[in-house]
Amino acid sequence: MMSSKYNKRANNRGFEESRPIEARAGVIKKADGSAMFRIGKTTAYAAVYGPRELHPKHLQDPKTGVLRCNYNMLPFSAEERVRPGPSRRSKEISMVTEKALLPVVNLEDYPNAVVDVFIELTETDAGSRCAGICAASMALADAGITMKDMVSSVSVGVIDHQIVVDLDGEEEHITDMDVADIPLAMVPSTEEITLLQMDGKVGKEELLKALEVAKPVLKRIAELQRKALKEKYKG
Amino acid sequence: MTDGKLVVKDKDIVVPGEVLAKGMNFLPGHGTYRNNDEIIANRLGLLTVDGKVLKTVPLAGRYLPKKNDTIIGRVMDILMSGWRLDINSAYPAVLPLKDATFSYIAKGADLTKYFELDDYVVVKITNVTSQNLVDVTCKGQGLHKLRGGRIIQVNTHKVPRIIGKKGSMVSLIKKATGCKIIVGQNGTAWISGEPEMEVIAVNAIKMIEEQSHVSGLTDKVKDFLEKATGKKLEVSEKE
Repeated sequence: MMSSKYNKRANNRGFEESRPIEARAGVIKKADGSAMFRIGKTTAYAAVYGPRELHPKHLQDPKTGVLRCNYNMLPFSAEERVRPGPSRRSKEISMVTEKALLPVVNLEDYPNAVVDVFIELTETDAGSRCAGICAASMALADAGITMKDMVSSVSVGVIDHQIVVDLDGEEEHITDMDVADIPLAMVPSTEEITLLQMDGKVGKEELLKALEVAKPVLKRIAELQRKALKEKYKG
Repeated sequence: MTDGKLVVKDKDIVVPGEVLAKGMNFLPGHGTYRNNDEIIANRLGLLTVDGKVLKTVPLAGRYLPKKNDTIIGRVMDILMSGWRLDINSAYPAVLPLKDATFSYIAKGADLTKYFELDDYVVVKITNVTSQNLVDVTCKGQGLHKLRGGRIIQVNTHKVPRIIGKKGSMVSLIKKATGCKIIVGQNGTAWISGEPEMEVIAVNAIKMIEEQSHVSGLTDKVKDFLEKATGKKLEVSEKE
């Protein structure tokens, strides 16, 4: 491996170590299912409503249910005020979130109905779509929706040929070195990748290596998600 | 063939994707599926091992209509041939004319005479299709339109606990408060009686819902009811 100029991370974090994670289920009482997922200084809340009747009626599908995801950053969640309402960015993330979750949700059990997932970010410091997917997948399970498995998500990156897991905001904004940020989502049991995006430049070898590095981290996140769901029903 | 082995314990909380058993000695039931030689949970629930069959009992989620359930619905629309009811599920139920009442309904009669919009009705599910079209009937014992009283919503999966063994829990509340109470399987409950007593009954039901996992709940509810009503309750020594 080439020697990298990037040889130390903030807070003595290991290159293959994620930021501290906190996960809780059932945080929004009104919703049918909900969850909170925090990774470092990024916090996502997800609420699931449904299955419920889908209106307008022409969107209904008699063969299967419909999954609707909505990703939203709150105005105070970043240093710069985020203009409320849908933006090009939030629409894109809503769409990729939906596609990341679709392979595990058994929507055929809910013909003509819709499952709504609302993801709100109260605090963002990189990796917000990954935190959103983790929270959404827990919220879906908490809502009793039938699904083959849960989805866990984290970002990996390559900073000057050094592979790092779970970039924070500072690392994402490094300008004097090449930075690639790769948000990933995976179904832990089958290792099927359901989200793969990339921002920056990276070679094929390094990309494949980064995917390998992410796997154990994703499996650890999956464990935390499961533990949080079980915690809700303890005692 | 390998020997079947249970990976988790009976009565454990399981989450989607969790491997429940390995090998071919077990069969997947409701809320589980088989992937090669593993049986995996596909919803959050309580694992029950019934002989060789593994299934999960759901703990959360919307009401899914089931045949022969007695439920409480709200009239949301009046159709040519009956009424459409909101049953607190993803799917509305249809109450056809012929199953609505024992009396004769003339062709073209004003259907609001029988059930008006926003009326609540106790009905029984007669049929659920693969597309989750729900048919209900209002003919039968204890099925009728609700007048007066108040409606509350509870978690549909806690309904069995609220009703109790052979209705022990709900009859305890009925006895203490003198209210009439009907709890639908869909989580809609109706309470009618003296206004103060209605409030006590509502609080008792909310208490059961919140503490459904606590053992010795019947005694707790009894204590609560005695304190709230200021009356001593006779203990029915059958449980």
